[in-house]
Amino acid sequence: MKSQLLSINDLSTADIHSILSTAAELERITDGPTKKLPTLRGRTVVNLFFEDSTRTRISFETAAKRLSADVINFSAKGSSVSKGESLKDTAQTLQAMGADAVVIRHGSSGAAQRLADSGWISATVINAGDGTHEHPTQALLDAFTISKSFPDRKSDFSGLRVAIVGDILHSRVARSNVLLLSKLGASVTLIAPPTLLPVGVETWPVKISYNMDEQLEEFDVVMMLRIQIERMSNFFFPSEREYSRQYGLNEERLLRMKKSAIVMHPGPMNRGLEISASSADSSRSVIVDQVGNGVLTRMAVLYLLLGGAALTEVGQ
Amino acid sequence: MSAILESADIDRALKRISHEIIEKNQGLESVVLMGIPTRGAYLANRISLILEELGAKVPVGTLDITMHRDDLRLRPPRPLLPTLMPPGGIEGKHVVLVDDVLFSGRTIRAALDALGELGRPRTVQLAVLVDRGHRELPIRADYVGKNLPTSSKESVRVQLSEIDEIDSVEIVGA
Repeated sequence: MKSQLLSINDLSTADIHSILSTAAELERITDGPTKKLPTLRGRTVVNLFFEDSTRTRISFETAAKRLSADVINFSAKGSSVSKGESLKDTAQTLQAMGADAVVIRHGSSGAAQRLADSGWISATVINAGDGTHEHPTQALLDAFTISKSFPDRKSDFSGLRVAIVGDILHSRVARSNVLLLSKLGASVTLIAPPTLLPVGVETWPVKISYNMDEQLEEFDVVMMLRIQIERMSNFFFPSEREYSRQYGLNEERLLRMKKSAIVMHPGPMNRGLEISASSADSSRSVIVDQVGNGVLTRMAVLYLLLGGAALTEVGQ
Repeated sequence: MSAILESADIDRALKRISHEIIEKNQGLESVVLMGIPTRGAYLANRISLILEELGAKVPVGTLDITMHRDDLRLRPPRPLLPTLMPPGGIEGKHVVLVDDVLFSGRTIRAALDALGELGRPRTVQLAVLVDRGHRELPIRADYVGKNLPTSSKESVRVQLSEIDEIDSVEIVGA
């Protein structure tokens, strides 16, 4: 495994299997009375968040703390970034404080890559979402959730049919999931209005549909995406009601799905827009499990990236 | 390289260990076996089969110690091996840790920490197939299949038919 996690493309299939099986083992050993492991004692993980986030930041923080790492939370609001400090200066400050890993969330695509390639810091960089580019740990936790929902498959998803529905255009979750799920053999269908599909989507390893009702009965996994109202600078659909009617997951669509099919959502949800409250709370929904699995998956990533000797530290 | 223990010797050693477990615990009431993967887990299974022949079924689990090792930073990250709680858990039980080779004692120290995460056993005992000496920590085994004096430059290779095709213990290198 590389010493950074910037994109799903950094991971080989073997790396992915290793992350998923590590997460599964971590679930078993943190099931006891004490949830804490001493593994990363003395390592420092910085959560560098330039964008708002609840679950990703808390999830990384919990994961690092369960492994006994020290955690520093840094959010752009209330820091020197709001006084105009550059990414470079912020990074160098963190370097001077001895950060072993930097978990970065940034509104610009490629920010994590920039931080990793710049030579500003020697810490391990983990991408926690960069603009509309990627969110690799979300895809990993989604794959972990799917593998737990279909235990017979282990982490081989060949033939599994996954629908990703909604705002693909702005979704880094969708990008990372498409890459990851197709690496594991799943067949992914993107369902969205043409206005919410990115340019060049026809080159992705996916099928595309504009109609949610077309093959709903065939999917094993239906992943709903949040309509990112804060990124909606243009008119992508006529009205929220119309979007909801055409692409929202409601009771009636839920009933048409396969009996074994599961409903996912990366959160935060717009209840009543892309997903109805009753679908989100139904027995097929694994949305709450996704959160718990997020902590385990991020523990696995932190362990595999920081748990051993850094590659440069391994002497012969 | 000649084998120090062959299949029949390993069987005999495990049978003796099984009898000693019964003797020391005055029966098998509340006794639980926890094998340390990979080979300790197979040995724990074998001991449980022998104990079953001797009259009692004993719960068996496995205990991965990776997250508690003190040498994590000296090597690249290792994959985690399975930890399986024995049926009935370990709380208040007499836990017998089972491993293939006792050397520095560091694995067992890590195992004691890992066990502490899972619960609070009544007692913890240690069974090993081979004790090769060179302890670096104040740890000893309660049940030893074979005491094997070695030089610290040598290494001891245990092979078990479950994964290695044959059963044997040999000293490698010098």
